[in-house]
Amino acid sequence: MATHVLMEALSPTMEEGRIAAWLKQEGDAVQAGDVIAEVETDKAIMELQARGHGLLRRILVPAGASVEVGRLIAVIADASEDISSLVDAPRAAAPAPPPLAPATATPEAMVPDDRQRGGRTRASPLARRMARERGLDLATIPGTGPGGRIVKRDVDATSAPAMAVSAPAAPSSYVDVVPGQLRKTIAKRLVQSLGPIPHFFLTSEIDMEQAADARASLNQLGDTKISFNDIVIKVVAVALTQHRECNAWWTPDYVRYFTDVHIAMAVAIDEGLITPVIRYAQRKSIRAIAAESRELAERARARKLAPDEYTGGTFSISNLGMLDISQFTAVINPPEAAILAIGAITEQPVVQDGAITIRRRMRVTMSCDHRVIDGAMGARFLQTVKRMLENPLAIVW
Amino acid sequence: MSKTFDVIILGGGPAGYVCAIRAAQLGLQVAVVEREKLGGVCVNIGCIPSKALLHSAHMARVITNDAAALGITVGDVTVDYGVAMRRSRQVADQNSKGVEYLMKKHHITVFPATGTLQPGKRVAIDGDTLTAAKAVVLATGTRVKGIPAIGLELDRTTVISSDEALFLEQAPKSLAIVGAGAVGMEFADVFNAFGTAVTLIEALPRILPLEDEECSAALARSYKKRKIAMLPGASVKRARVGKGSVKLDIEAGGKPQTLEVEKVLMAAGRAFNLDGIGLEETGVQRTDTGFVKVDANLRTTADGVYGIGDIAGPPMLAHKGSREGVFVAECIAGQTPHPIDYGNIPSVTYCHPEVASIGLTEAQCTERQLDFQVGKFPFTANGRARAAIETEGFVKIIRDKRYGEILGAHIVASHASELIHELAVARANEYTVEEVDLAVHAHPTLSEAVAEAALDSLGRVLNA
Repeated sequence: MATHVLMEALSPTMEEGRIAAWLKQEGDAVQAGDVIAEVETDKAIMELQARGHGLLRRILVPAGASVEVGRLIAVIADASEDISSLVDAPRAAAPAPPPLAPATATPEAMVPDDRQRGGRTRASPLARRMARERGLDLATIPGTGPGGRIVKRDVDATSAPAMAVSAPAAPSSYVDVVPGQLRKTIAKRLVQSLGPIPHFFLTSEIDMEQAADARASLNQLGDTKISFNDIVIKVVAVALTQHRECNAWWTPDYVRYFTDVHIAMAVAIDEGLITPVIRYAQRKSIRAIAAESRELAERARARKLAPDEYTGGTFSISNLGMLDISQFTAVINPPEAAILAIGAITEQPVVQDGAITIRRRMRVTMSCDHRVIDGAMGARFLQTVKRMLENPLAIVW
Repeated sequence: MSKTFDVIILGGGPAGYVCAIRAAQLGLQVAVVEREKLGGVCVNIGCIPSKALLHSAHMARVITNDAAALGITVGDVTVDYGVAMRRSRQVADQNSKGVEYLMKKHHITVFPATGTLQPGKRVAIDGDTLTAAKAVVLATGTRVKGIPAIGLELDRTTVISSDEALFLEQAPKSLAIVGAGAVGMEFADVFNAFGTAVTLIEALPRILPLEDEECSAALARSYKKRKIAMLPGASVKRARVGKGSVKLDIEAGGKPQTLEVEKVLMAAGRAFNLDGIGLEETGVQRTDTGFVKVDANLRTTADGVYGIGDIAGPPMLAHKGSREGVFVAECIAGQTPHPIDYGNIPSVTYCHPEVASIGLTEAQCTERQLDFQVGKFPFTANGRARAAIETEGFVKIIRDKRYGEILGAHIVASHASELIHELAVARANEYTVEEVDLAVHAHPTLSEAVAEAALDSLGRVLNA
C-alpha cells in the first residue's frame, strides 16, 4: 500500500515549504520514521519523516522548489506496485491546524483515485504532466475541457509558484535578492502586525545597579552564567503573573488571558529574526532560564528549532542592548498583546538626593496593543518590572 | 403544410442535413430547403462518387500490376471509365436516397426549392414564405469555378470541372489538371489508371502544397512511377480553347512551355453559393475572403441567422461542416456544446497511396519555434503492409519535447484515411505519445506503424 509523502504543515503559520534537500533518493529503501528530506519552513529547517515504509519510488518536487502545504511531494511504495494513478491523482490540501494550539499536522488520508471515481478522467494526460512538472495541484485548477476536464489551456492559465533567485545584475550597482522563506514570513507577519494593531509605546528608565550586584552574586554560586537578559526574562515573567492583563492574546473573537507565562525571546540569526519560547518562565529558576535561553539561541542560529519551540509565546522580549542601542520600539508579534524592547545598560549621570551621581541605567520600551492593554495597565506593569529590577529581592516577594 | 418551423436550414448537404437531424433529435421542428439533390455536393458530385471511382482505379492498378505476383492469371486487362462512372452514380444515388430516408425518419420537412433569406428569420420559396421561430441556418455550400481571366472559363466540354469529370462517358486521351490539391490529385490518380496522359499543374512550389513536405514528396515519387507528369511552381498564363483540344501557355520555374491536351480539368478552388440569396437585405456580412462572417458560435451578423459548412470558413471539408451542423443545432436548442477544435480536424486525400494529416506540419512547428522531435515509421518495415503489397508510405508523428503533446501527425499509406483516427482521438483528448503506445496494438496491422512512430518520437522504436 503506497504512502503519500505530503508537504506537511509543520507549524500553525506555515503555508508553504521549500525542500532544502532530499536525504533519500528515488529507489532507496525507507522505513517509517526515517528522515527523508529537509524542509525549510517559515521559521526553521525541519526534518521530514517518512510515515510509511517501502521504496522511495518517486520524488515529485525537486530540491530547491517550494510547494504549498498539502501538496504531494513523493510516493513511497513497494517495488512492484503501480503508482501511476497515485502520482497523477489530484491532491486535497491538508487542513490548516488552528492557530492557537501547537500543532503537528496529520497527512491527508489517501484520496480515492480515478478508478474509484468511476474511471472518469478529471484531467487530460497532457494537462496532468504539465501540472506535475510545474508543481501545480490539479485540485486547484478549474477545468474547461469536455465534461469539465482539466486540459492544457487550464494549466497554462494557472501560474506556478516561482522561487527562482535572480542573478545579481552585473554592470550596475545593486543586487536583487529574492527573499528566503524566513524573510518572507517576517515581512508578512510584521505587515500584519504594525498595520492593523493599534500600537502605543511606553518607555521606562531603570536603575540597574542592584541588578548588576545581583548578577555578580548569582554568578558566584555555580557554573551556569547568568546574563542581564536572563534576569530581565525572569523579572518580566514574574511581573506578568501580577499583571495578567498584559499576558494575553488578541483574537477576533476573544482576548485570551494566560495563567502561565511563555516568554518569546527575539534572537537574531543570519537570515533574520526568530523567537524561541521559554515556557512557564514564571516558575523556572534563573539558572534554568539561562541554560534554556542559551541552548535555544544556539539552535535558533542553526535553524534547528521545532515549531512548538518558536510558537505559543504569551509575551515577547527583544534585546538590542548588546548592539549599543539605548532605546528602541519593537513591533508586536501577534496574537500577543505586547512586546518589551530592552536597550543597553550604560553609565548615566542621574540626580539622587539632590546630587549628581553616575549610575548604570537601562531604558526599556513596551509596545502595547491598545485593544487589549490601556496606557495605565501597561504603565503599572512597567512599574513592577522597574521595581523588581531595582530591587531584585522583590522577585520572591 | 405548416409554414412555421423552429429551424429552417438553407442547403441539404453534409452541413445542412446533419444540422437538421441533430435539431430534430433535440425536439425541434425542422425544415430543409434544398434546390438540388439531398446530400449536396459531397454525396452527389463530390466525396462519394469520387471515392467510388478511386476504388475502380486502385483495383485496375492492382489487377494489372500485382495479379501475377499474387498467383492470379488474368488476360488482357482493359478499363472502361464509363462503366466505372455509372457505378459511381449508383453509389451516389443510393447515398442521396439514404439522406432522403433520414429526413423522413426524423420528420424533417424538405422543400425542393431555392430559398431566399428575408428579414425576421424568414425564407421565401416559390412565392411562399416560411418563418423560423428560433433560427435560420445558412448551409448553401460551394460550387466549381474556372479562371476566366486566363481563358479558362468552364465551358464544360473542353474546360471542365469535377462536375463534368464525374459524368464523362470515357476517359480523355490527355488531360491537364489545374490545381494539385486533394481534388486534382484524386482525379490525376483516377484518369491515369484509366489510360489518360495526365499533367498536374500547381502554382505553389509542390503538389499537395498544404500537406507536410514529406507527404508531398512521397506522392510525387509515387506519381512519377506511374508516369503522371507534374509541374509544380507553374502557372497557366493563357489558354486557347479549340474544338477538341486546349493549348496552354505555362510558365514553370521562369521558363515558358506549351501543353496541348484534349481537356483541362479545373481543380483550383471553388466559389461560394452566396449570391442572390438575400444576404445584403438581411444584414448578413461577408469577410474579405468571401466567407460569411461568423463569430465563434457560428452566428452571422444578422440576428437569429447562423452559417455552417464551406460558406462559414476553412477547412472546406464535409466532416467539418457536419460537426458545425451539430454544434449549431445544439446552440439553437439552448445547449452549450463544447467548442469545435479547428486545430484537430483530419485532412485526407484519397488518391493512392492516401494522405491523411492532423495538426501541424513539421515546417509549421519549425516556424513557430517549437521544441519538437519527429518520429517516423516506414511501411516497408511493417509486416501487414508487406503481405498486402502496400509498402508505400510512412507514419510521421511530431512530438512536443517537453510534455509529449502530439503536435501533428502525417500518414501516407493505403489506408491512411482510417489510420489517422487513432491520432485524432488522441489529440482530441490531449493524450501524449506515451498514451498512444500505452494501448497494445494488434499484430499484424498497419496501425502498428502508428504506435511505432509514437515510439520513434521518444527515441525507442522497436521494429526499425
